[in-house]
Amino acid sequence: MDPATLSLIYLVVLMIFLGIELIGHVPSVLHTPLMSGANAIHGVVIIGSIIVMGMADDALSLTLGFIAVVLGTLNVVGGFVVTNRMLEMFKKK
Amino acid sequence: MMDTVLAISYLVASITFIGGLKLLGSPKTARTGNLLAAVGMTVAIIATLVLYHDEQGQHLGNIPLIIAALVIGTGIGWFMAMRVQMTSMPQMVSFFNGMGGACAGFISVLEYKHLLAASAHTSDAMLAGAVHTPNTWHLVAIVAGLLIGSVSFSGSIIAFLKLEDKLGDIRYRGQMIVNNLILLAACAVGVVLVVEYGYVGMEHVAFLAALALIFGVVFVLPIGGADMPVVISLLNSFTGVAAACGGFVYDNMVMLIGGILVGSAGTLLTVVMCKAMNRSLTNVLFSSFGGATASGSSKAATGSVKQLTATDAAVLMAYAQRVVIVPGYGLAVAQAQHVCHNLEHELEARGVSVSYAVHPVAGRMPGHMNVLLAEADVSYDKLVEMEEINPLFKQTDVALVVGANDVVNPAAKTDPSSPIYGMPILDVEDAKNVIVMKRSMKAGYAGIENELFYRPNTSMLFGDAKATMTALVNEVKAL
Repeated sequence: MDPATLSLIYLVVLMIFLGIELIGHVPSVLHTPLMSGANAIHGVVIIGSIIVMGMADDALSLTLGFIAVVLGTLNVVGGFVVTNRMLEMFKKK
Repeated sequence: MMDTVLAISYLVASITFIGGLKLLGSPKTARTGNLLAAVGMTVAIIATLVLYHDEQGQHLGNIPLIIAALVIGTGIGWFMAMRVQMTSMPQMVSFFNGMGGACAGFISVLEYKHLLAASAHTSDAMLAGAVHTPNTWHLVAIVAGLLIGSVSFSGSIIAFLKLEDKLGDIRYRGQMIVNNLILLAACAVGVVLVVEYGYVGMEHVAFLAALALIFGVVFVLPIGGADMPVVISLLNSFTGVAAACGGFVYDNMVMLIGGILVGSAGTLLTVVMCKAMNRSLTNVLFSSFGGATASGSSKAATGSVKQLTATDAAVLMAYAQRVVIVPGYGLAVAQAQHVCHNLEHELEARGVSVSYAVHPVAGRMPGHMNVLLAEADVSYDKLVEMEEINPLFKQTDVALVVGANDVVNPAAKTDPSSPIYGMPILDVEDAKNVIVMKRSMKAGYAGIENELFYRPNTSMLFGDAKATMTALVNEVKAL
């Protein structure tokens, strides 16, 4: 295993612990918005679809890449908007 | 220079993800957290469009088309997210999660194709030389991304359909074995794609995708609708891992960090949700909740059911000292939260103390009731969590159960054969009077009888929650 891959694995391990720490003691009231917010964040997969579509050099790849970007955007935009709508409900009057 | 700017943009985005998740954990800061992460995401997307280039310094092409795709996705996503009813939030989250999974799957398919084309090119140039082999870890990440992303996609869509009540639970003998065989086959094809790279083609990729999609379907099919939130949370963390696989493939830090964070936080959230129901994750995933096992508890539920009229109920509550409202999914379906708030208002005007008892898994998702009641302007401090309210039921004159069932079923405490045995419940039976608003005597989501309805201090008020609630409000006003 080369050093670059190894350092990525270090990063993964650290992020796993960080993720657990971040969610540690969240009141159950916020479970749904939290899940929804996390759902929007994994929409970061869209970056990969943009790269893959940007490098597509034939019609098939371009079409599939196009679909991937649309779906990824759905995940990101829908995710953040839905979360925001849920949280709007918690606003103090 | 440009590389540094791109790297810094990704770093900024990663920090907003971490900070955003942290802020989402507290009611006061949650909204800021969500917005922060959204800003970070936008930064990452724009930076990628403008600054990204591959090892040969080649910038991204097809930019106008990419922007078109972004615009279309934004339009549809925004429209769907704004249009959806508060009651349907859980399935909406599931749907968007599935889209992310599908996106990860597509990336893997295209990247494998891309690598194959590049290798073919190299070996041509080297005149029948050895097949150019890419980094094995990259291949593993591509294959894992395809497998996990596809499972997440089809699983999420099934969860979505179940929550929409378009699909029931499907169970049969030996189901677990069949499911495991499908998963095993998918993994085997995945291993072949890595080990035999260059000797197998895109048809194996398609085969893997098909097996993974089927597995996602059969994995979620037998799980009961009441457990869908747990499943969605789990699939959510799956998509996180699939995104992280993409990060491995492109050595892309923001994808890796965002994906793994969601993967680990999502897994923990799943476990926490299971704990709120006092069940283990394996129990949720692999035992048929509310299926054939439910029969054991029905014997206890015999006797007569008392009914009362809206007028009686109104009198009972208006002259009470303390009323506790227990909202459930029935309230959500009937959209009765606003009328419910009116009732609270009317009762308070008569000097009755009113609070709401919120079970952690009332409705279809944890926090579902809080969101709904907050929508109707019910003040936050009137919502009392289970641990705090349970000792207070003894001093409660009327417990008004609105469309809740399993979360107030005493069988969870008394009947070891019940599928919900061990789940903490709201002790409404301790109240002097229990009024249960329900459409009919039908069993709750777990498919089991509720002996609470047959208790001497319980009366039933049948009808749609909103209609009955409106009648109640009018009766209280008329007193």
